[in-house]
Amino acid sequence: MTVVSQTRSGVRRVAKADSERRRHRLPGSRIGYVYVLPFFLVFLAFSVYPWLDTAWVSLHDTRLSTYDQSSFIGLENYRNLFTNQFFWNAFRNTITIGIISTVPQLCMALGIAHLLNYRLRGRTFFRVAILMPYATSLAAATVIFAELFDPKLGIINWALTSVHLPAVDWQGSKWPSQIAVSTIVTWRWTGYNALIYLAGMQAINNDLYEAAAIDGAGRWAQFRHVTLPGLRPTILFTIVVSTIGAAQLFGEPLLYHNGLADGGTSNQYQTLGLLMYQQGWVNDRLGLASATAWTMFLIIVAAVSINVLLARRRERHEVGRRLTGPAIAVAAPEVTAR
Amino acid sequence: MRRTSTSRRRPVASLVALAATGAIVLAGCGGNGSSASTADTAGSGPCGTTDPTTVTVGLFGTFGFKEAGLWDAYKKVCPNITIKEDVVEQSADYWTRLKTRLAAGSGLDDVQAIEIGFVADVVQNHKDQFVNWNTVPNSAADKAEFYPWKWQLATTSDGTNTVGLGTDIGPEAICYRSDLMKQAGLPSDPKTLASKWTTWDDFINFGKQYEASKTKPSGSSFVDSAASIFSTAVYQGDTAYADSNGDANVESSDGVKTAWGYATQAAQDGITAGLQQFTPAWNKAFSSGAFAALACPTWMMGYIQGQAGDAYAGKWDIAPVLPGGATNWGGSWLGVPTKAKNQAAAIALVEWLSAKDQQVTMWTDGGHFPSNSDAAAAPAVKNAKSAYFSNAPVGTIFGDIAAKMKVPPIGLYDTQIQQALTTQLTNVETKGTSPGDAFNAALDQIKQITG
Repeated sequence: MTVVSQTRSGVRRVAKADSERRRHRLPGSRIGYVYVLPFFLVFLAFSVYPWLDTAWVSLHDTRLSTYDQSSFIGLENYRNLFTNQFFWNAFRNTITIGIISTVPQLCMALGIAHLLNYRLRGRTFFRVAILMPYATSLAAATVIFAELFDPKLGIINWALTSVHLPAVDWQGSKWPSQIAVSTIVTWRWTGYNALIYLAGMQAINNDLYEAAAIDGAGRWAQFRHVTLPGLRPTILFTIVVSTIGAAQLFGEPLLYHNGLADGGTSNQYQTLGLLMYQQGWVNDRLGLASATAWTMFLIIVAAVSINVLLARRRERHEVGRRLTGPAIAVAAPEVTAR
Repeated sequence: MRRTSTSRRRPVASLVALAATGAIVLAGCGGNGSSASTADTAGSGPCGTTDPTTVTVGLFGTFGFKEAGLWDAYKKVCPNITIKEDVVEQSADYWTRLKTRLAAGSGLDDVQAIEIGFVADVVQNHKDQFVNWNTVPNSAADKAEFYPWKWQLATTSDGTNTVGLGTDIGPEAICYRSDLMKQAGLPSDPKTLASKWTTWDDFINFGKQYEASKTKPSGSSFVDSAASIFSTAVYQGDTAYADSNGDANVESSDGVKTAWGYATQAAQDGITAGLQQFTPAWNKAFSSGAFAALACPTWMMGYIQGQAGDAYAGKWDIAPVLPGGATNWGGSWLGVPTKAKNQAAAIALVEWLSAKDQQVTMWTDGGHFPSNSDAAAAPAVKNAKSAYFSNAPVGTIFGDIAAKMKVPPIGLYDTQIQQALTTQLTNVETKGTSPGDAFNAALDQIKQITG
């Protein structure tokens, strides 16, 4: 919307006076509001209202069974939450599972995208194939992985023991179970991210690679100095989306323990999402669960802001470095200009 | 969950679990499909009304009325009544939906099933939203039909308000694999085993003999889980998870204390397979032979048959005993919300379903043991044998146990509290956590539940 009105106004700026332009631009913008209204109505009903209601419920001692008798208790639920070992356990698990699943996932996606960007035989087949896990239902995938990782009957422990390695308790031990859950996430999302990177890579001007090659950059140098800078906005996008996904991780750990919300017998892979579900729907403490929901929301906002700030700082740093840098410096302004 | 059990009607837990979220979202907006005249008055005939009426029945899992042919039979009794089931797969999701509808005061079915896992909550928090069976025209006759403890569990402690009429109960015995006992060189006939399993100490000692056998299949343990022992033994105490007012009380409960002792002893003696009940691994073990025995309420027979399959017919048997004394696991009631559109017709239907003949049919055709004591004494119930379980005389086995059963008070959070405790038992079994640490961890979790 804004793009259209800006260009239109840009054209008119040449011909018409300033005041006249403003008069003409406004009706167009108002029409724009009408166009976005349906979305915002839905957004109001299904996002804003639940947010506010959740905030209100989080200030009460509420159970679904005695909903009409909820009593106002101020910030007691939040105090309860922040002094609660189960909350901090879930908080730590969410971070560690988030790191174990997101970092390898994005690195692998980048590598795969880089490979698929070459002229390969059957390239379309591979591009479709890497997206298959994403198209698989989460429930089906998790049930299969739970079988593979089953400590007694699973094929992974069978393989380990058949080469005389010790069997691993993929269900009961903390790190192995977190790795198992992360594996499911990684398996499902790597292809999706690879495809996004691939799209980003194809938008990079081929001349840059040629110029870099002429300047003597090998494949690795090209990847580092042309592909990565060109992909920066794409990478930031995937990091933000993956961070939000990791903070909300729910289905995989739930189904990995057969649909129980405790995240393992010692809560060893209980995430914040699972904790919230357990508080609200298993233990019937909606007030506490709402406090968790709001806390999660703020955590996600904070995490995403940190990502963006770091990326900005790094970008500023990079630009500064590139301007004084050697051979590739020629290419850099073009990249940023795109 | 166990005694109170989402479990018993839970075929593939993992696959349907995600539906939980969906059920909650849908909870607010289900209408009830009742066509029909409003404002029926009680006493317009045996069917509650003479107008053509659709009665909606809210159930969870596979309740078995339709499967046992009772809806068709009711069509013959009351041709003007059409029954429509409104089924949620898991009882926990069903209960969330029922709570939502009770809070909203709308969308309720004419009949709502109430499970033992949440009957205490209904009695304590929602008694005014259900028809009181002490004030219906047939109340005296209704009350006389049931085991007194069954009636009491659905009644306020002062005895004035009863929220539902009983459907089934779950008297418990021990189911075991006679072929594995033989292979281990131990007695395998039910009578001998019953005499060796009268107390939990005897049962655990027998388990040690099984473990010590050199001929038993490798990888086979005596009993499925410490949880199986715990969730049975806990209800043999004077109190389980709640005091007589229904308030949660775990630390000073005699049932919890003794049951925890037996279960952790069994775990530390290594006679348990360390499986979590109602998980895929546990399901597989009914045929793989990973365990030889488990505590077995009546409804477990159908579960075992479903999991082990026909190939294992005759390999399973039932010992007419429950170590430590007779008790109950599971069971349900049917209640009629005061806001039901077809209240009189619903009351008539529930009374018909609770009557002797129908409860006998539910046992002979569905394996649901009657909560109606007349039905339990009927020859068709008493003489029932199970071909699958080596022709065990299940009618007399479970009838005798039902007659002797002792049932402690139940509380609002029995399901969640039991889940917290049995989860920690798994840690004792599989990770070697000390019983004391495990119990403290369970108490921490229980504080999260009771608030």
